[in-house]
Amino acid sequence: MSRMCALRTTMTRVYRRRDLGVLIAAIAVAVAASTTVGMFTDRLQRAIRVESATVLAADLRLESGRGPESLDEPERYARQSGLRTARTTSFTTVIHAGDAGQLATIIATNGDYPLRGELRLSREAYGPAQTSSVLPLPGFAYVDPRIANRLAVTVGDEIRLGAIRLHVAAILTDRPDRGSSMADIAPAILVREGDLSSSGLLGAASRATYVLLVAGDLGAVDRYAQWLKARKASAEKLITVAQSSAQLGSATERAGQFLHLAAVTTVLLAAIALAMASRRYAARRRDEVALLKCLGATRKMIVRRFASEAFISAGLGGALGVVIGIFAQLGLAELALVFTNVSVLPAPGVMPALLGLLTAFFMMAGFGLPPIVELARIPPTRIFREGALPRPLPLLVPAIAAVITLLVVLYLYVRDLKLVFGAGIALGLAALIYALLGLGLTRLLRRLKSNAGHPWRFGAAALARRSRETISQIVAFGLGMTILLLLGVVRTDLMEEWQRALPVDAPNHFLLNIAPSQRESVNAFFSNQGADINFAPWVRARLVSVNDRPLSERMPITERGRAFAEREQNLTISSTLPADNKIVQGRWWPASGPAVPTVSVATEFRDELKLEIGDRLLFDVAGETVAAVVGSVRQVRWDGFRPNFFLVFSPGILEENVGSYLAAVHLSPQARQSLAEFDRQFPTITVLDVEGLLASIRALLDRAAAAVTYVFVFTLLAGIVVLAAGINATADERRYESALLRSFGAARRHVLLVVCAEFMTLGALSGLVAATAAAAIGIFVATHWLNLPWRPHASLWLFSVASGVIGIGFAGVISAWRVSLAPPIRILRGE
Amino acid sequence: MPVLESRGVTKEVSSPDGVLTIIADIHLRVERGESLAITGPSGSGKSTLLAILAGLDTPTRGEVWLEDRPFSRLDEDARAAARAGHVGFVFQSFHLIPSMTAFENVRLPLELIGATDADERVRAALADVGLTDRARYAARSLSGGEQQRVALARAFVARPSVLFADEPTGNLDTASGDRVSTLLFELNRLYGTTLILVTHEASLAQRCNRMAQLVAGRLVESTSAS
Repeated sequence: MSRMCALRTTMTRVYRRRDLGVLIAAIAVAVAASTTVGMFTDRLQRAIRVESATVLAADLRLESGRGPESLDEPERYARQSGLRTARTTSFTTVIHAGDAGQLATIIATNGDYPLRGELRLSREAYGPAQTSSVLPLPGFAYVDPRIANRLAVTVGDEIRLGAIRLHVAAILTDRPDRGSSMADIAPAILVREGDLSSSGLLGAASRATYVLLVAGDLGAVDRYAQWLKARKASAEKLITVAQSSAQLGSATERAGQFLHLAAVTTVLLAAIALAMASRRYAARRRDEVALLKCLGATRKMIVRRFASEAFISAGLGGALGVVIGIFAQLGLAELALVFTNVSVLPAPGVMPALLGLLTAFFMMAGFGLPPIVELARIPPTRIFREGALPRPLPLLVPAIAAVITLLVVLYLYVRDLKLVFGAGIALGLAALIYALLGLGLTRLLRRLKSNAGHPWRFGAAALARRSRETISQIVAFGLGMTILLLLGVVRTDLMEEWQRALPVDAPNHFLLNIAPSQRESVNAFFSNQGADINFAPWVRARLVSVNDRPLSERMPITERGRAFAEREQNLTISSTLPADNKIVQGRWWPASGPAVPTVSVATEFRDELKLEIGDRLLFDVAGETVAAVVGSVRQVRWDGFRPNFFLVFSPGILEENVGSYLAAVHLSPQARQSLAEFDRQFPTITVLDVEGLLASIRALLDRAAAAVTYVFVFTLLAGIVVLAAGINATADERRYESALLRSFGAARRHVLLVVCAEFMTLGALSGLVAATAAAAIGIFVATHWLNLPWRPHASLWLFSVASGVIGIGFAGVISAWRVSLAPPIRILRGE
Repeated sequence: MPVLESRGVTKEVSSPDGVLTIIADIHLRVERGESLAITGPSGSGKSTLLAILAGLDTPTRGEVWLEDRPFSRLDEDARAAARAGHVGFVFQSFHLIPSMTAFENVRLPLELIGATDADERVRAALADVGLTDRARYAARSLSGGEQQRVALARAFVARPSVLFADEPTGNLDTASGDRVSTLLFELNRLYGTTLILVTHEASLAQRCNRMAQLVAGRLVESTSAS
């Protein structure tokens, strides 16, 4: 028989088999769910990434100090790759207006700046601002409100920049690439590239930063970044969106991880449903296999015949699922647009669809094949002895196949070996524990004496009678419920953490260079505005030695490590552990202060310099040597909007060296009006306004939170559908028993009660084991993967058992309802 | 030379009461083209003997030879391959695949041996049993008598050397049963097949060349039929 003919015959068989429809449906639901979540997630991640790119004014930036020509080749390649580019040149100089002068950062750029995000301009310093994407015309400049205030200039006034005169076209309230680092947020003026050339300020030996901005299709940007990484000089700095802001990087990474987790959840749920549907499919093929064996089919022929049906079903189900998934994600995207302020979502890539198809085949191999392979062991004598079965394989065999498949599929989705490894161990352990718990519980149920007159006793005893089936169902439903619970718990933690990291009153202004003598009056100024201000002493110091050995003996190899060892560091003094800090090693000093001068170091500082608790550090503080012992190591959350330091000293050592204070304050829109007055009263203090950045991050978190919620709700619905399909797949034997009971004269209500009792007991048992495992796995996922603190959820058990009883019980009764309507003889005849 | 021979075949199984002997020390020679009826009361081991003779099961002791090969000593797949080449079956409950058409059911044994002229042979086999007009009907939609005739066509289509029939008329009414048994013997004669028939019905058994009776697992009698 030719291959085409064989394929046609198999396709015909697939078409006719009613229960293959169940298998195809299970795969279609699975693939539809994972494709929908995958595509929607892909679109959201693209949207979030584009949104995030506004803090960089581009998708990536390349910074060079080697002159503009060093960017020529990267720019040429970017354009060849279909990407948009722009350039900026920045340096610090003094600008003048009349007799007044002011140090400012000059940013000169060309017509395409900014590639992402918009400028915010106003007509007066600290006045209401509007967005704009128009650059100043030649001969004009946009000026930071602090510069305008100090030079007492306003729109239309003249300022001098080197050899040229420029007119103030607008006040530059905000620009997209004003990041959160101190250097980025220094007061600046924005001018045209041509004006900078005319100013004569930049010569061949001038010190300036030359920046190439690149934006475009995200895939092309990623490929370009790879190309650039391999070619850029070590002195050149490549900055991506994730690196540009600790806050954004952390938020987008966690949102992405959650969305991946949701996609994986749908796949795991689908796998469970597929495993159940495959078992049913294989169980219904036993008589056919016995017949084929009688007619001379070998085991290989049996496996080939049924595996080909299964894989064709996988292909059909996968294709159907992808089509449904494409439409479902369109609907989901429309819904997201209606209920959130998300702008138009970018088109999805093809990867989620391909991944969906691949998932269908992988899952069929891992979950569908084991029962089919087991079919080949059906004895041909079954043809004479109805019900004859081979000795069952240990549950471990299909379990190992399932876990290996899951790990492969998990890796395809998350590309995170650490998570895959952890999840593999967790799932394997959970399945084993569920099986053991299931065994114990079914043994307990076995003590119940079956009585067909008492629905609850008969139903519960039926579970014990089919103990092997019951255990595998407890494992399957338990795992399904665990995954859904886990997703819900992690989602709650993630949302709470985002709320906590960026509270409504997070500081939106930082004040630098506050002299000790100004502290009281600054405090009084903001108290009058109704704002709380927190001061931190600010000391500059350079590490000289560790345990009296020079640093050259332990020089780090990374750029950051070298900066720790070679440059001056910002230190502070504190008697209490700062917020967003957690002691991971050693102990924080008592309120009365430590016995010896002590310093607490951040984990990054410890790791780069390989420090130990008790190490003696020697610092050079303005020419004076200060020694301190490492007393503790802190894990610092840099994504909170609070001033944090790598090094914190105990009180009583550096007070004499405090040159200035740093302060953070939250100002309401009304209180912001007072900044012009503050600037006049305290001209030496630098005010950094991070409200714009804060708003960007908050908007991004809102979108990420909305995305997480939408995907979660969708996953939950998909999960319920998939589990309901699974329940239906396990109902064959129950249908038969129900029909028997009815043929013996049991009332319909009685039969329904029996099924209800059986499924509700099963739901309660599954819910119980699921809650236990969700709590245990949640600790791992939250603390090791998402880096969130784990909080206990007391209602988890109650919720889990209740939803198991109601959900599985309800689905079971629906499945039995149809049976109770059909004449029992039809079911007993197998029609 | 016999086409099928059993030499001291015994089948024992374990039970809660210890080892249970289903059939014991069965010696049987069946010549090519011969028809043998195995009769006996329920539980006498007829089906077990049939399963062992057909290579569906293996004896605890003794051996079965088919076409001069030690059939029962082969592994499961080799026995399956031997069945595909030499053995046909007709069962009491037909055992057709309900979702397949009559044509496809008859074609199954030919697919297993990779026959190149399968379709013509299936058409001829269906014509032999008078079901040409039912070829495209799903098996589940045929009457009991028609289903058993399809099963007959399936049993003969690959021209087996031995045909095993297990109560072939047991599930049929008298008229359908008569028609099926007549067809069975006609086709047996036409193709020179060796027939081994398990039945309760004396009238059917008497149409065979020989009769063997099983009582409590032992072949107590082997006589020539009239």
